[in-house]
Amino acid sequence: MADPKLKRLGLHDLHVALGGKMVPFAGYEMPVQYPAGVMKEHLHTRTAAGLFDVSHMGQVILRPKTDMASLALAFEAMMPVDVLGLAQGRQRYGLFTNDAGGVLDDLMFANRGDHFFVVVNAACKDADVAHMRASLAEAATVEYIENRALLALQGPHAGDVLARLIPETAALRFMDVARPVWNGTELWISRSGYTGEDGFEISLPETAAETFAKALLDHPEVMPIGLGARDSLRLEAGLCLYGHDLDEATTPVEAALTWAIQKSRRTGDRAGGFPGADRILSELANGPKRLRVGLKPEGRASMREGTELFTEAGEKVGTVTSGGFGPSVEAPVAMGYVDASNAAVGTSLLGEVRGKRLAVTVCDLPFHPTRYKR
Amino acid sequence: MKYTEDHEWLRVEGDLVVVGITEHAATQLGDVVFVELPETETMVASGDEVVVIESVKAASDILAPVDGEIVEVNAKLVDAPGLVNDDPLGAAWFFKIKVDDLSVLDQFMDEDEYNDLIA
Repeated sequence: MADPKLKRLGLHDLHVALGGKMVPFAGYEMPVQYPAGVMKEHLHTRTAAGLFDVSHMGQVILRPKTDMASLALAFEAMMPVDVLGLAQGRQRYGLFTNDAGGVLDDLMFANRGDHFFVVVNAACKDADVAHMRASLAEAATVEYIENRALLALQGPHAGDVLARLIPETAALRFMDVARPVWNGTELWISRSGYTGEDGFEISLPETAAETFAKALLDHPEVMPIGLGARDSLRLEAGLCLYGHDLDEATTPVEAALTWAIQKSRRTGDRAGGFPGADRILSELANGPKRLRVGLKPEGRASMREGTELFTEAGEKVGTVTSGGFGPSVEAPVAMGYVDASNAAVGTSLLGEVRGKRLAVTVCDLPFHPTRYKR
Repeated sequence: MKYTEDHEWLRVEGDLVVVGITEHAATQLGDVVFVELPETETMVASGDEVVVIESVKAASDILAPVDGEIVEVNAKLVDAPGLVNDDPLGAAWFFKIKVDDLSVLDQFMDEDEYNDLIA
């Protein structure tokens, strides 16, 4: 029997019809895999195109109470990210921080001319909306979007497939956003995703979602993909999963997300002014005490979340935060946090797996090269 | 063939018991990517964790179904863990265990009883 506390996706019936195995995730019944299985779904996304239902994520619109610049500055005060400089029609990765410099959530936000469109993590969405309503009380109305599905089409053929349905999407570059109309329905599209592949995220009314999903699945290149492969794809791409690789006790600098902190927030007129700025700016200047790194186990055994990491001398220096088998790498892959003195690429460590200490090497991320359409 | 509640199958071969996992278990696990086998000539007790199987998402154990000595392991699974999904009842046996008395198998389910369990 389904847990009555779990919410159902608008495309629930389609997932079941496609043979999706439904599991509880972030308060929803979500497809973890389809009959092809995690391995085939993963590899199919890397070679053709995968369709993911990510409607559990939170979609929010911020409308300025006065003007976009004031809203941008108020939104900037919530995160160490350049909002004011984001051009119309562009999307950027952001991070809400707390006063200790930890990450409350990571998100995507797009400048759509007269408002911002924000996508946040499912498990954080209620807290994020409350946080934005409180922090942006003067600058914005915060509108939580109900009744819109969110789909992701990812993989090297995603661009071809989508352009067959909506030719103007071919012109989009990585992190561009657009609102084309398909069959009379306005789609909110960004060229982005969570697999390291070229692809798109598409927000659309729930009432149109099944027709659109089926129109995508009609193309032989497209296969439905569950949460299992979504996780192994993002891990190979070296991307963080909130609640695992990122949390309220971890700063963006420790998380190796310094690329997300633009220069304009580090120096000059708009430097600082976000929660935790003292610590984050100090870590940028002096280096953090610990750092997120890639980890390549030497054997075949996976080093999963929670695996403790030791030096060869037996000193505990870190913990794995995400780990498993990488189907495209054909080997186990992991990432985790280690003391800064053991974070250099090539450092040999030991991971404790089922009571045995097995060799693992600090390596560059991502494990699989990204193929964004820049 | 006999079956355990842990979804193992047991087959008698001479004076040995061959142990594998059922098709039902293999399907539940998903794609198997790693198998860690025990050493041969190890004495084990019923309930001991003797094999680790990892699928893409999770690691699980296979327990010794009976007391005895592990006398042979299927080394093929180390290089080809996918056999567990392809041929769970045949090529993907895990280990052979030598028991004092084969009547110890009488306590386990037959095929009909096992099919009722997973129905």
